[in-house]
Amino acid sequence: MNTIYILWLRQLKKYFRSKSRIVGSLGQPLLFMIAFGFGFGSIYQRAGEGNYIEFLAPGIILMSVLMTGMFSGVDIIWDKQFGFLKETLVAPVSRFEIVLGKTLGGATVAVIQGIIVFLLTLVMGFRLQTMADIFPAFVFVFLVALLFTSLGTAIASILEDMQGFQLIMNFLVMPTVFLSGAFFPLKGLPRAIEFLTKINPLTYGMDGLRGALINVSTYPIYMDLFILSVVTLVLLGIGSYLFSKIQA
Amino acid sequence: MKNIINVKKLTKKFKSIVAVDNISFGVREGEIFAFLGPNGAGKSTTIKMLTTLLDPTEGEIVINGSNPSENKDAVRHSFGIVFQDASLDEDLTAWENMQFHAVLYGIPKEIRNDRVEEMLRFVELWDRRKDLVKTFSGGMRRRLEIARGLLHHPKILFLDEPTLGLDPQTRNHTWNYIKNVNKNENMTVFFTTHYMEEAEKIADNIAVIDHGKIVAKGTTKQLLNQTRTSTLEEAFLSLTGHQIRDEEVSSLDRMRQRRFMHRH
Repeated sequence: MNTIYILWLRQLKKYFRSKSRIVGSLGQPLLFMIAFGFGFGSIYQRAGEGNYIEFLAPGIILMSVLMTGMFSGVDIIWDKQFGFLKETLVAPVSRFEIVLGKTLGGATVAVIQGIIVFLLTLVMGFRLQTMADIFPAFVFVFLVALLFTSLGTAIASILEDMQGFQLIMNFLVMPTVFLSGAFFPLKGLPRAIEFLTKINPLTYGMDGLRGALINVSTYPIYMDLFILSVVTLVLLGIGSYLFSKIQA
Repeated sequence: MKNIINVKKLTKKFKSIVAVDNISFGVREGEIFAFLGPNGAGKSTTIKMLTTLLDPTEGEIVINGSNPSENKDAVRHSFGIVFQDASLDEDLTAWENMQFHAVLYGIPKEIRNDRVEEMLRFVELWDRRKDLVKTFSGGMRRRLEIARGLLHHPKILFLDEPTLGLDPQTRNHTWNYIKNVNKNENMTVFFTTHYMEEAEKIADNIAVIDHGKIVAKGTTKQLLNQTRTSTLEEAFLSLTGHQIRDEEVSSLDRMRQRRFMHRH
C-alpha cells in the first residue's frame, strides 16, 4: 500500500513542480477552443445543431486528459534514461505495486489537468446544466485518464528511448482524438471512418461525457461505461505485464 | 569467517554471446572486495545477476543465505547499491529521494525521519536536504546515492564505479564514508572501478575478470607476486593485455553517456 502511495505521490509532486509544463499544456486546448469554437461555431449553428461550444467543450477536456495521461505513462522512458527506474527495480517490492502506483498517479494528474481545462471552458462560455452532472462526468474522465496512462505505460515499457515517441503522437494520439467525435458529431461518416470510430475506445468516453454533461449521446450511457471499463482494465493489465518484463 | 556472497559456476548467455563464462568466487563477510576488468569483460552483467536484475543462465548464487533468482525480496533487503550512472530523481529534493527509498524498503514510520537525517548528515548533505537534486554537482549526487544505498542498513553494499568522473578530493571523501561504514557496521563492500590505485589502497581482496572468465583472484600482494609486477595497474595490464576494448553499447547506454558528458 505504501509503495503504491509513494509512487502516486511522486507523480503528483513532479506535476505540480513543472509549472511551465502545466501552463504549456493549456496552450493547445485553448487554441482548439478558440479556433474551432469561434471558427466553426456559426456554421454549426446554421446547420441547425445548436451551440458548438457546448458540443466542443467535453471534446477538448477529454483531449487534454488523454494527452496528459499518455505523457504521464510515457514518463517511464525518462525514468529509464535518468536511471531512476533501476532504483525501483532493485527495491524489495513487487513490480505490480510500482506500476499501479505510477499509473494511478499519472491518471490523477490527467484528471487534474481535465479539471483545469474544464474551468477554462467555463471562461469560454461553456455552462453545466446542473451541478449534479459533475459526478458521472468525473467517472468518465477518470476512466479515460486511467486508460491512456496505462497505454502510455505499456508503450514506454517497450520503447528504449524518446525517438519513437513522435511517431506515436502522430499516428496514435491525434487520430484517436480526431476519430472519437471530440470535434464533430459522428454522423453520416463514410463506412471506413465510421468503423474506426467504433473501435476507438475514446469514442465511448466522449459519448459518455457528453451524455453526462450536455445530455447528448449516441449510445446508452451504460454501454459507454461498460466498454470503457473493460478496455481500461485490459490496458492496465497489459501495461503492468509489459512493465514487469522490463530488463534493467 | 563465512562467505556472504558465494558464486558457483555462474554463466550468463545472451543469445550466442557468453557474457559471463562459468565463474566462481566468494566474498567474506565484512571485507572490501574489488571486482576488476576491462570494459565489456562481464562486470556489469555479474553485478546485475548478484543484485536480482538478471537471472543466470546456469550456476548458483547465494547472497546472505538466499538465492537471488528464487528469493528476490530477501536478497533485495540485504544489499544497497550505487549504480554506475545516475539513479536519483532530479525533480525531487534530497530529502524526498531518501524518503522514497525508505518507504520502498519498508523502514518503519517512527524511525524513518531520524534515519534519513542521520544518513544525510553522514554524507554532509543535511543543509541541502530541501534542494532539488537537479541543482547538485556530480560529487553531491554520488554522496546522496551512497547515503541512500546505506539507508536500510544493508549487509552488503554494491558500488559500480562509484568514483567515476569525480575529482580526487571527492573520491577521497567518498571512500572515507564507505570505509567508515565498512568498519563500524561490518558491512561488506563489493565494488568495481577502473582506478587501479583505488583498488590497491582499499580492497582486501580482488578478482579480475576478462572475457567473462575470472583470470586472477587474491590480495593485491598475491596478484603482484603472481604477475611479477610492482603495481596493481601493471598486474592488471599483464593479466588482461594492452588491447583497447570496444564495448557494445545499447542505445540507452549511449543516451546516458551523452547526458553524462553534458553534466560534466
